[in-house]
Amino acid sequence: MSDAQTPTTTPEVSGMGHSMKRKEDPRFIRGQGEYIDDVVLPNMLWMDIVRSPYAHAKINSIDASEALATPGVVAVITGKDLEAAGLHWMPTLAGDKQMVLPTDTVMYQAQEVAAVIAESRYAAADGAAAMYVDYDPLPVVVDPFKALEPDAPVLRPDRGPEKANNHIWHWESGDKAATDAALAASDRVIPLDVYIPRIHVASIETCGCIADWDPVREHLDFHVTSQAPHVYRTVISLVSGIPETKIRVKTHDIGGGFGGKVPVYPGYVIAIVASLTTGRPVKWIEDRSENLQADSFARDYHIHAELGVTDDGKVTGLKVKTVADHGYTDAAADPSKFPAGLFNVITGSYDMPQAFVEVDGVYTNKPPGGVAYRCSFRVTEAVHTIERLVDVAAGELGMDPAEFRFKNFIQPEQFPYHTATGWDYDSGDYPAALRKAMDIIGYADLRREQAEKRARGELMGIGISSFTEIVGAGPSHTFDIIGIKMFDSCEIRVHPTGSAIARLGVQSQGQGHETTYAQIIAEELGIPAKDITIEEGDTDTAPYGLGTYASRSTPVAGAATAIAARKIREKARLIAAHLLEASPDDLEWTNGKWSVKGSPDRFKTIQEIAFAAYTNLPQGMEAGLEATDYYDPPNLTFPFGSYICVVDIDKGTGQVKVRRFVAVDDCGNIINPMIVDGQIHGGLTMGLAPALYEEINYDDQGNNLAGTFMDYLLPTAIETPSWETDKTITPSPHHPLGAKGVGESATVGAPPAIANAVVDALWHLGVRHVDIPMTPQKVWAILQEKGVTT
Amino acid sequence: MSTQHISVTVNGQVREADVEPRLLLVHFLRDVLGLTGTHVGCDTSNCGACTVHVDGDSAKSCTMLAVQADGRRVTTIEGLSGGPGLHPLQQGFWDQHGLQCGFCTPGMIMQAAWLLGRDPDPSEQEIREGIAGNLCRCTGYVNIVKAIQQAAGELQAASEAPAETAGAAS
Repeated sequence: MSDAQTPTTTPEVSGMGHSMKRKEDPRFIRGQGEYIDDVVLPNMLWMDIVRSPYAHAKINSIDASEALATPGVVAVITGKDLEAAGLHWMPTLAGDKQMVLPTDTVMYQAQEVAAVIAESRYAAADGAAAMYVDYDPLPVVVDPFKALEPDAPVLRPDRGPEKANNHIWHWESGDKAATDAALAASDRVIPLDVYIPRIHVASIETCGCIADWDPVREHLDFHVTSQAPHVYRTVISLVSGIPETKIRVKTHDIGGGFGGKVPVYPGYVIAIVASLTTGRPVKWIEDRSENLQADSFARDYHIHAELGVTDDGKVTGLKVKTVADHGYTDAAADPSKFPAGLFNVITGSYDMPQAFVEVDGVYTNKPPGGVAYRCSFRVTEAVHTIERLVDVAAGELGMDPAEFRFKNFIQPEQFPYHTATGWDYDSGDYPAALRKAMDIIGYADLRREQAEKRARGELMGIGISSFTEIVGAGPSHTFDIIGIKMFDSCEIRVHPTGSAIARLGVQSQGQGHETTYAQIIAEELGIPAKDITIEEGDTDTAPYGLGTYASRSTPVAGAATAIAARKIREKARLIAAHLLEASPDDLEWTNGKWSVKGSPDRFKTIQEIAFAAYTNLPQGMEAGLEATDYYDPPNLTFPFGSYICVVDIDKGTGQVKVRRFVAVDDCGNIINPMIVDGQIHGGLTMGLAPALYEEINYDDQGNNLAGTFMDYLLPTAIETPSWETDKTITPSPHHPLGAKGVGESATVGAPPAIANAVVDALWHLGVRHVDIPMTPQKVWAILQEKGVTT
Repeated sequence: MSTQHISVTVNGQVREADVEPRLLLVHFLRDVLGLTGTHVGCDTSNCGACTVHVDGDSAKSCTMLAVQADGRRVTTIEGLSGGPGLHPLQQGFWDQHGLQCGFCTPGMIMQAAWLLGRDPDPSEQEIREGIAGNLCRCTGYVNIVKAIQQAAGELQAASEAPAETAGAAS
């Protein structure tokens, strides 16, 4: 562990460790970005979607006559039309299936029912408004526990008589018998019920596409807001039967993703059918209400956990039982072998002797859930549970929560550390991160201040979260999505005049890939980052990759980039040896040059070597200077951090105010410190959001109660505190750059710090847990119940 | 549907068109004029991605009809700097890493420009309140605040510079 990282390249080269300003920004600050809705193709049509007002209903009939008579309307597509082509259902990434358009039954409110294709945006909306659909409402199941009762309506009869229930799958991890024995032998068992509600990523750009079928070339250009363009191409080919070589997926700039742009949505398939039908490009851009009501959701985990502890505060075992509400289909984007994602990382940062985790997936009349919300495969749910549990345990034992954590942390010398549920943590120094956070925030002084305020009747709380993330999926022996191994890729070409282009299988949505991948190549080859172009999101040119989600870009594609650059460096060595008339073994690499050992004035720069690669090659060598790498990570990376949050609670209104928030993160070696800080700022804000504000909930008829930004409350600049960030650096031992992922650490780590602070403020009143979001209404009700008055 | 003739001065140029009375200003700018720097994020006036200036006032162009802009001056992100160079706010957002995906950025910059026009030296709290109608999902606002502070400093220095020169000459 160290506190600083010294760059080895000059600012001119801007390799790793330089806070290089972003190369993509000049177009964005001028309004010259090119997002999906900015793309206009000749002769383009527009699509609008008719959606169900009911959460569960039988469709008796669909009358399109008035819509078809509406000026500008070209066509209407219904489930019956798709059924004729066998396209009314499609597979999900999780191995379930979902309707593209229904033929007889709708399963959630705002489900797609029909599509109207028209000459303009407004005409398509006019046509959609003129569609008449006759429904018979059916019984609605919104509670997953009720869905599991024997007399519950069976929501998915298409699964056949042998699956005449709403149970999707059961998944477990760890040793049940050993964990039961450990808990039985514990001095105490601390139980906790935690509900992590449905939330929505709500990227400021919604989802959209343009399907452009060329009937002459029999070729589909598919422009789309996708975090995983190559997987999209494969899925579209499998669903449509169009040969993969006849499909080009192109992404353009993407206005935020956070996991919501991983699934292949029904609207995309309908747009493709519309273009196939009309022979013209068809654009579909969802509006915010469609986005919040129908796109895939995150979370919705009902968790019961039990933590065994000794009287002197050592953890002995952890047992977790969870019901996962997936909506009407399992459309999660988890790796195939992990239907509950990496939820079994729930032993967290602690030396947990035994653990057993089980999860049951359940169908309800809600839209498909189970994608991320800036979180790598259910890690947020896990971290929230263990970080709440250790706080409750510390409180019950009369220990300070920091002291309890120090006592139970996996120690630096224990790495690599094998967890009770089977993960191998690569590196970490958990005590150092927590100590640093405590020093920065002045922990002891805050505890004194809290005691004084409590004596005066004021409500102040301090919350800690010492999380461990698990990112960089993943090793091919364990990780795949629809069978495709979770490698990622980079192809680099160095041009004769010494500049370069690199193409990758991942996809930036704001992470700054055009800058950071150039910095990796600059680090490895000494070519200035400004001279390196990074290109992603065109499946005709980029090598195949699984895409950007779950903080995998740096751990996987970043490693591929470094390895591809090193392959180029090795070829450059042979060319340099030829130019210098020396043996390759006598050369050494420093600062972008191959030089003769002991004769530092005899060297060739990478630019000179690049020119020679096209003009003056050794006999028998292939021309060019390029390399490709498909990187199969040997393990995941395990970033970590310690966060401390201070809150004040208004006794009159129940409002929680985050006064200070210190975040100490460790993501190993850093490519661009400015960008890492920005990722953490954003992640913290997307941790604050579900902790205090955001929740998609439903009434008992399945009506979505947060379908616009007037009800679904994203934090503004007023609610968001001025984040205080710092770092420790513990390199990953297996990553070529010593780097780990970082984009989601803060989203994972922040909610329990805030929740722990709120419960800490109320602990003396007997409060042991408050489910997120901790809204003023919820906190005010607790204060009333506890007899707290202003 | 019937149309109405409008004449709007957009980024200093008179632009005339026959538009449906229901056409939103943001769609006039984007779909009719091709000025795609102004974005649509929510349809309910919450997110501010569509923020432009109408006669110098900040306006959410998704909640205004194009016909309401008839005879008025509209400035969008494309016209903010008034030339090929960067406005101090654009420079500030770049220098301070005040953007990530860039989708909220044009609206955020236009709102900040309006804010600094009203109050050249806002406090951090005043900046935060001034941009509270603009949502950013990526940055956590910290660097946006810094970007606006940088621009405020530069604009103030620029406005004071001629006066100092005059003083030195006298």
